[in-house]
Amino acid sequence: MIHEFNYDVAVIGAGAAGLAAAAEIAKSPHRVVLIDREEQLGGILRQCIHNGFGLRYFKEELTGPEYADRVAALTKSPNINCKTNTTVSDLKRLPDGSFELLAYSADDGVSLIRVRAIFLGMGCRERNRGNLAIPGSRPAGVFTAGAAQKLLNIEGMLPGKSAVIVGSGDIGLIMARRLCWSGVEVKAVVEIMPYPSGLTRNVVQCLDDFGIPLYLEHAMVNIAGRERVQYVDIAPLENGIAQLDRQFRIECDTVLFSVGLIPENELSIQLNVELNPATGGAVVDANLQTSVPGVFAGGNVLHVHDLVDFVSEESSEAGKSIVRYLDGKLHSDNNCVTVESNLKYVIPNCFNTGEKCTFSFRPLIVSDVALLEAELNNKVIWKRKFTYVKPAEMLKIELPAEILKTPGKLVFRLKEEA
Amino acid sequence: MYDVVIVGAGVSGASTAWQLSRYDLKIALIERWADVGFGVSKANSGIIHGGFHHSAKKTLKAKLEILGNLMFDQLQYELDFPFQRNGILVVAFTEEQMSTVRKLYKQGLDNGVRNLEMCGRDRLLQLEPKLNPEVVGGFHAPGGGTIEPYRYVFSLVESAQKNGCELFCNFEVISGEYRNNLWTLTADDGRKIKARFVVNAAGLFADRVSAVCGAEKFAIHARKGEEYLLDRNSKARPQKVIFPVPSRESKGILVIPTAEGTTMIGPTADPTEDKLDTTTSADHMQHIVTLVSRMINGISPRDIITSFAGLRPVLEDEDFYIDLSKQVPHFVQVAGIQSPGLTASPAIGGYVKDLLKQDGLELTEKEHIAYRNLPRHEFRHETPEALDELHAQNPTYTHLVCRCEKISAAEIIEAVRKGHTTLDGVKFYTRAGMGCCQGGFCSAKIMKIISRESGIPMEELTKKGGGSLLLGGKLGILTVNTTRETAK
Repeated sequence: MIHEFNYDVAVIGAGAAGLAAAAEIAKSPHRVVLIDREEQLGGILRQCIHNGFGLRYFKEELTGPEYADRVAALTKSPNINCKTNTTVSDLKRLPDGSFELLAYSADDGVSLIRVRAIFLGMGCRERNRGNLAIPGSRPAGVFTAGAAQKLLNIEGMLPGKSAVIVGSGDIGLIMARRLCWSGVEVKAVVEIMPYPSGLTRNVVQCLDDFGIPLYLEHAMVNIAGRERVQYVDIAPLENGIAQLDRQFRIECDTVLFSVGLIPENELSIQLNVELNPATGGAVVDANLQTSVPGVFAGGNVLHVHDLVDFVSEESSEAGKSIVRYLDGKLHSDNNCVTVESNLKYVIPNCFNTGEKCTFSFRPLIVSDVALLEAELNNKVIWKRKFTYVKPAEMLKIELPAEILKTPGKLVFRLKEEA
Repeated sequence: MYDVVIVGAGVSGASTAWQLSRYDLKIALIERWADVGFGVSKANSGIIHGGFHHSAKKTLKAKLEILGNLMFDQLQYELDFPFQRNGILVVAFTEEQMSTVRKLYKQGLDNGVRNLEMCGRDRLLQLEPKLNPEVVGGFHAPGGGTIEPYRYVFSLVESAQKNGCELFCNFEVISGEYRNNLWTLTADDGRKIKARFVVNAAGLFADRVSAVCGAEKFAIHARKGEEYLLDRNSKARPQKVIFPVPSRESKGILVIPTAEGTTMIGPTADPTEDKLDTTTSADHMQHIVTLVSRMINGISPRDIITSFAGLRPVLEDEDFYIDLSKQVPHFVQVAGIQSPGLTASPAIGGYVKDLLKQDGLELTEKEHIAYRNLPRHEFRHETPEALDELHAQNPTYTHLVCRCEKISAAEIIEAVRKGHTTLDGVKFYTRAGMGCCQGGFCSAKIMKIISRESGIPMEELTKKGGGSLLLGGKLGILTVNTTRETAK
């Protein structure tokens, strides 16, 4: 028999986002089902055994598993039922505005779960070789950086013996150092952009300290090897075009890809949640509510973050909104928020009149000094200078209630300062 | 000692093995690679062709294509593999191309193909709303469709095995000798198989197998085809298989709605000297995307989730060569099985069977024949109620391992227990790892299941057999070089 359950909220995904949202909701009397397909709570944090987490959220430096344990401890509440090893495969909105989920696990079999609200906390997946269509053969030894990290840190298995890493995203940089510590020779990190795409501290601590060459404005143009990877070809880029006459060869048996993350919105699509092409995640209002009433999102499923602390903060806010929604006290204004010059996106996409609001941005430029400017109804209402702005580092600000008193259209701009 | 040994477990060899397995015969099916279908068949476009591309009067391949096409509904019922007769559209974008369209249509009629329909622009757009509205005309072949080629091979071999056929993988024939009315085939590792009859269905290497057995000398050329697979959610997925107007070398770059709900674009057609060269190239990707974007709306390079290449085994005259050897006894050549080989394969099996009979092989039907492969319990095709019942028998049916393609642990365990112990073997058998994350999340989980079920240690698991080791060994085996670090 299919088990049927009723809860107030379903939190899908028990990584940093889902745990923070669930912990927040559990402070109210509402009942939460927290669902994750892995065996343990904590999501990708479990495999991030390096430190550097929690400086902002817990005011101390933690490893990924420590951070996961801290947030998981907050979800030990009689109001939260954790279902691990459980996959949600189908989501449906019923005519009365409630939701039905189908979840599957070896322990419980098939469960039909009815809830009044949903928190989307599915995180993201890694872009892979196929997404880039890197030419060459298809030997063993090609991994995404995160998959290699899991093999190494969870399974205790080496991905190979000598590696080239494509992309200088944080996971790739962290993995370069991790591989060195495991005795794997890291021969190069290759980045198509003229600047690294990971945090500066990771470039210093993971590459520079180990003497690993970083090839900026270079692309991998070939992967060779019949059975296992034998070598790769790297070429410099000029105006985005690979200069094949200047390509060079690096022998290695492993290639790792750290070339960006894609929010995992396959379930959101089932609910017809409106997605933002700039983020790959949902369009959300000031309450982090999506275009479907009762469906909220936070963390990497909404937009890719570079700090887990921001994921926790954002998802806690979404948790608070969910409580207000369930109590019938949620208020949403349709004041449109957009970005112009030098910003890729802003979250959220609406603000509430007369309420303070936190905004996150992804810059499109590298600049020593840049000015972030907010314009409400064609009048500049707020400015702040930022130093060392780059796409790798998200900007996050809070605008006070006083300056958002007028309804209307809010536009953000980022200006390079000479 | 076997009655028949079939060299090559691709579509031709597997189909032959399956047909012969219904008779009182001892059959060996041997495969060079780690799993069946891992040569030419694995990278096939998966089209069940419509019988109009070649003349049945002039070519053996067209004759067998037309026969084979008609056999697939019954085959699907008996063998269980993904197949849909969703129809083929050949589309022209200029008046000049229309003359070729008319010629192909006429050829189809002459070949005896039923239900071909010449279409104007409006009719084409009604049949396939995703076509570029600039289409001029074309025709519809409702008898065409798509199939998952590797699943078809697995099903043929499984059914043959149920009926007593024995399979030997990683068996590369390096010599063949006929003595005292018996063939002896020797593998690179020294294994030997003795049989009264040999069927050479060795695909790209049929020329080499023929040569080492002292049979006819001919050359198989490899013609490479690159394919690009699009995400399930691609807006470009059509209902029908879309063909451009063909050239001499190939049927052109197609848009293929696969039988498993994805969309594939390709294949190219380029000769290559190296018969193991399955590399893809940046130029070809651009070329394919440009060509298919002219035919259909919604193609985006951002939707590409993976690419691969396959090689067609081609003879000089472009036709199949299926005949008894005139130089050595009891030896059937099945060579040059390029397109439409997949479509023709059921008929190829029958044709080979008849040749063997003509050559003296006695065919007596078995008393008990296992006719059907019962449909597999695949999570993605079951209702929640059915999954709940399956869970009661075996809890792993509701344990999802591959999230993207919704593959349960039960399906993966079944694959391993049936002998598919490489990561690619499991992937092609179950689809685990074929979705949008391309195994990013599930590969480690699958490897653990393979290791547990097969007893092969993790560090010895391979992607596709041979030296394709997936891992570099256990953490701790390498010496950590700290010199650079301390130098700082």
